[in-house]
Amino acid sequence: METQTPLVEMRDMHISFGGIKAVDHVSVDLYPGEVVGLLGHNGAGKSTLIKMLSGAYRADGGEIYVNGERAEIHNPRDARRYNIETIYQTLALADNLDAASNLFLGRELVTPFGFVDDDAMEAECRKIMGRLNPNFQKFNDPVSALSGGQRQSVAIARAVYFNARILIMDEPTAALGPHETQMVSELIQQLKSEGIGIFLISHDIHDVMELCDRASVMKNGKLVGTVKVDDVTDDDLLGMIILGKKPEGVEC
Amino acid sequence: MQNAAKKLFANLGIDMRLLGMIGALVLIWLTFHLATDGRFLTPRNLFNLSVQTASVAVMATGMVFVIVTRHIDLSVGSLLGLLGMVMGALQAKLLPEIVGLGHPSIWIITVIAGIALGVMIGAFQGWIIGYLTVPAFIVTLGGFLVYRGAAWWVTSGQTVAPLDPTFKLLGGGAEGTLGETLSWAVGIIAAIAATAVMLMSRRTKARHGIAVKPAWAEGTLIALVVALTVGFVWLMNSYKVPDRAAARIAEARGWNVPDDFTMNHGIAIPVVILLAVAITMTIISRRTRFGRYIYATGGNPEAAELSGINTRLLTVKIFALMGGLTAIAAVIASARLGAVGNDLGTLDELRVIAAAVIGGTALAGGFGTIYGAVIGALIMQSLQSGMAMVGVDAPLQSIVVGMVLVLAVYIDIVYRRRTGS
Repeated sequence: METQTPLVEMRDMHISFGGIKAVDHVSVDLYPGEVVGLLGHNGAGKSTLIKMLSGAYRADGGEIYVNGERAEIHNPRDARRYNIETIYQTLALADNLDAASNLFLGRELVTPFGFVDDDAMEAECRKIMGRLNPNFQKFNDPVSALSGGQRQSVAIARAVYFNARILIMDEPTAALGPHETQMVSELIQQLKSEGIGIFLISHDIHDVMELCDRASVMKNGKLVGTVKVDDVTDDDLLGMIILGKKPEGVEC
Repeated sequence: MQNAAKKLFANLGIDMRLLGMIGALVLIWLTFHLATDGRFLTPRNLFNLSVQTASVAVMATGMVFVIVTRHIDLSVGSLLGLLGMVMGALQAKLLPEIVGLGHPSIWIITVIAGIALGVMIGAFQGWIIGYLTVPAFIVTLGGFLVYRGAAWWVTSGQTVAPLDPTFKLLGGGAEGTLGETLSWAVGIIAAIAATAVMLMSRRTKARHGIAVKPAWAEGTLIALVVALTVGFVWLMNSYKVPDRAAARIAEARGWNVPDDFTMNHGIAIPVVILLAVAITMTIISRRTRFGRYIYATGGNPEAAELSGINTRLLTVKIFALMGGLTAIAAVIASARLGAVGNDLGTLDELRVIAAAVIGGTALAGGFGTIYGAVIGALIMQSLQSGMAMVGVDAPLQSIVVGMVLVLAVYIDIVYRRRTGS
């Protein structure tokens, strides 16, 4: 795997907010068909790091490479151009709009006259939801009327529909029941087998041990280390998260 | 029974909010009709009502977008005054010196200049709000003072009159109408177009395999729209122009007419302008990306930004549009009066906001319709002119309108809570 070009490489990323170093010279990478977990406490900087990749924040410094080439990402549109899709923890849905409008938000299908083509979008939305969540039926209600799991599936559909090559999932299972969590796990396996690279932000160690190939641990804005999940135990990871201590005898 | 009625309206695709507003409007009209011994629901009064509503309703359609994106515009009344004054000075003083008094291009240049200025001022306000992140409330409160002051400056407080005769037609009155034949033509074309749009939308939906209304419901809806359009034209065409005015108009237009010549008003030009604005704004809100982004930003600004929407530029565009619509409203308001005084548009910002809010636009953002705002403006104007006709004192009129505004929003809140939207 190491001989391949990484799908994404973030080198020496840093950003500060009002003098606080939220992300302090962190480097991580991601290969095709790989799931890399980003672990750490609240405020460790993992969401902030990833928001620089998704274009929500502009980095103070550092370089991002996509397929080995330098990528300039200044806003969410730039990120989308590199096929980087993000499922935010807050889901980032406009509650007053229906599922199809959210799915295509910012990338609406239009008629030859340039008008928004709601019917075509609803038809596409029905197709993808049929694949992801066959029980989903509320196509004409605003998403505020949906359950947590249904809202999550709209957010996931948005990332999957547009052929993401790099997928960022920020706490994708935090608000879900056991059944829906299982669904997300299966989806991750499936996307992985299609060669998509996934950054999975989580503070659930079990999720990470089960789903990820490697894990990068952050503490106080700094990278503690990156380990292969098979090489370490739960306790090793906990030690990294809580104490910022690298496990002994493991290459980081 | 209640369920049957609910199902009926659900099938027709008419939501309860629209029904409620129309119900309120009918109630107000019937009450005033009885209170004025049958003087309210006459072609004459409804014609006047339609003309009086036009200016505020045009601005209310723009205010919907402003409020949907969680902003507010307190400056539209003053801006209307300033734009009216600039257009007044342009057509009565400046242009006659350049192109000659009564030149046919005067009104066109005036209107274009007014709209351009309105768009520019609106865009500037939007830029301060979007890019410099000063709250809209403050920026437009500042504008409220600035434009009223600037309006005075244009002519040092003098009233501008008389306005260009062609320009004045845009304000309605006996001459400023389409006339009978053209009114019928417009009405029939509108009815056919509406029918075609509804049938075409039905066909595309079916092609994508999306459920459509039952055929009878679609048919009823089409019949309703056609009946309303034809009914409105018929009503406007039953308002007779006083004989002496008719003779004068005929003479001015060089018609050779018999002694017992009569003519009817037809649809007033400001109402035609309002309808064109309302249709355009509805298309913008429902069928364009710009409209979709307005509602998305209102519903969740952060999500809109993460979806790649440039919400700052969106704010500039929304306020520019509001400025342009204010200019159109200024044309209607000043043309109707035939003169521009310093107080033109005073308190209009509150009427416009009230119209949008009565029409179901939520100040919390994300919800609001163009037709709602137009009906809201009509409700406000009906209350005001109805009370004036009954002879209610001016202070009491304000008290009633103020209470109706609060009541309408309360009912809307209860409705939202019940339907969970």
